[in-house]
Order: sequence, then C-alpha cells, then structure tokens
Amino acid sequence: MAKKKKKMPGLNTSSTADISFMLLIFFLVTTSMDTDMGLARRLPKPPEPDQEDATMDIKARNILYVRLNAAGQLWIQDEMNFGFADIKELRPRVKEFVKNEQNLSRLPEKHVKNIDLLGQCFVTDKHVVSVQTDRGTPYNIYFQVQNELVAAYNELRNELSKQKFGREYQYLKDEEKAAIRQYYPQNISEAEPKKYGGDK
Amino acid sequence: MPEMNTSSLPDLIFTILFFFMMVTTMREVTLKVKFTIPQGTELEKLEKKSVVSFIYVGPPTDNLRAQMGSSTRIQLNDRYAEAREVMDFIAAERQGMTNQAEQIISIKADQQTQMGYITDIKEVLRKSWALRINYSASRRN
Repeated sequence: MAKKKKKMPGLNTSSTADISFMLLIFFLVTTSMDTDMGLARRLPKPPEPDQEDATMDIKARNILYVRLNAAGQLWIQDEMNFGFADIKELRPRVKEFVKNEQNLSRLPEKHVKNIDLLGQCFVTDKHVVSVQTDRGTPYNIYFQVQNELVAAYNELRNELSKQKFGREYQYLKDEEKAAIRQYYPQNISEAEPKKYGGDK
Repeated sequence: MPEMNTSSLPDLIFTILFFFMMVTTMREVTLKVKFTIPQGTELEKLEKKSVVSFIYVGPPTDNLRAQMGSSTRIQLNDRYAEAREVMDFIAAERQGMTNQAEQIISIKADQQTQMGYITDIKEVLRKSWALRINYSASRRN
C-alpha cells in the first residue's frame, strides 16, 4: 500500500548566515591579532646552597662591569677605563671587549678552542659582562642596556658568520649556529642588585 | 527576476570565521595595571603561545587608582599579587603544559617601573626554575 510520497519542505537556513556572522563578530571582538615580541633572555640556574661566589676567581681583565644607578646613569668599567658613559657607547665597548681583536692585555684573555666546523679558534670564552642594577633603576634603562648587549653579540655573530659561511647568522643551519655560539658565547652575569646609597 | 541563491553564504562566513580563529589569539586577561612596554631592536617573536605565561607590572589602571593607589603592582591572571606569589602562579601554569621545560615567562612591565620589582620577580622565577624569560617590547624604528 504505497502511499503517495509527500515532498518534505527544506529546512529554512536563511538565518545560518546571521548566526555565523554573529560568531565572527564575537571572535573579532575578543581576540587580538598583534603578535607578542620581546627580548628573550635566560636566567641563571638557582644557586646551590653551598655554592661559593664564583666571581672571585675571575681575572680583572676578563670582566666588563656595566652598572646602573638609581638615576639611570650608566657606568662602564674594564681593567683600564672606567666612568659614566652614554648608552650609545655601550655597544662598541662590548664588541671591542668580547672580540679583543689585537689580543690586548687589558681585554679578555684568549684561548685556543677546537670548534666543529670552524677548527682551531682563538676565543675569549672566559669573558664576563657583569650587569649590576640598583633597586631604583628605571626598567626602561635596564631594558635598553640589555638590548644593546644582545645587539653587540648579534653583530659580532653576524660578522663572524658572514666571514665563515657567507650568510647572516639567522640564515645558518643549526650546527653552524652552534659553532658561532661557541665562538661568541653570551656571558652576561647579573649580580644581586645593590643599593649604592641614597633612597629607593 | 529569480532571487539570488544565498545558500552558500553561511559557508563563506564560516570560512572567514575559521580564518580569524586561527590567526588571532584570545585576549588573556582583563588588565588591571597599565603599562607602556619599552622599545627595542633585538626582539624575537613569541611563537608558541601555549607555553607562554604573562606577568604584568605597572601602576593600577585609572579606574582602580582611587582604591589601589598609584604605586607599582604585579598582576598575575586576574588579580594583583606579591612577588612571592609568582612561584605558585608558575606551578599552576605548568599544570597544563606538556613540555614544561619550554615554559617561557613574558614580563610586560611599564618603562618607569623601578628595577627592584623586576629583580624580585626574577629571583622568584629563578627559584621556581622558570629560566626562560622574555622582556616584552615593541619594535623601535
């Protein structure tokens, strides 16, 4: 007894567009497009309870002090020169210090080091850039100093990678990057902040 | 005149919707502190959002200043916190992460913040073994 088939009326979907529009607008409002950027740093491991102060063993020529006081003034000190300086002077000073091209006795000592891909190199891997801040130093000044330090290392690494591999550091393969990093390790130490006197 | 066929309009809108869902990120928290992040040149992008936790440092926003004053505050999630509470915050953030070693802490701090606050946070971060940090900044031209 076949009944005459009635044709089902199609579901009215004209409002689906409105619904998805509303979803779209909701997402537009609650999300943000901007990508976060920043200066990536790595903190040192927490100190062991019985650890002695390692900075005592470092020779004076191997340390570059970068001090920031509460007024935001910059003080750069190596074995020979010291004094207040402008932030623009920091990058060339750090580059000169880390590179020590002429193997000067006032700049960090050099060691022979065997690095993969680069062979025997004469590197200043014992150098330390010591950043000391006051509790009252404005964060912006500290950030600019960190930025300049990273910039100095990046420039050195770029110079070396162009010379050795003919490309900029960021385009190198991972193992080539590792070799460059061994040549110019980032040794930035941040001591406990000191109060150099004066109120916070 | 025959009506225009609009049956594919929802599909079209859905496509746009999915596009936006993929390229954007959810706004994480309502900000209770206001800050102008510093400007730098050597910046890196924060690629993996799932391993990033944010710490905000700055004075309270204008509408909260009457109650909270105008001294620097630290914001974790949706509330003000002390520097020592950062340790619990890190532990809580780690709970859902599959690769905890890759955890990155992004510090969004106001330019005028005194370093004392930042140093306190950094000390706690060190103690909680959250060693990869990122000073949030915008690009300087």
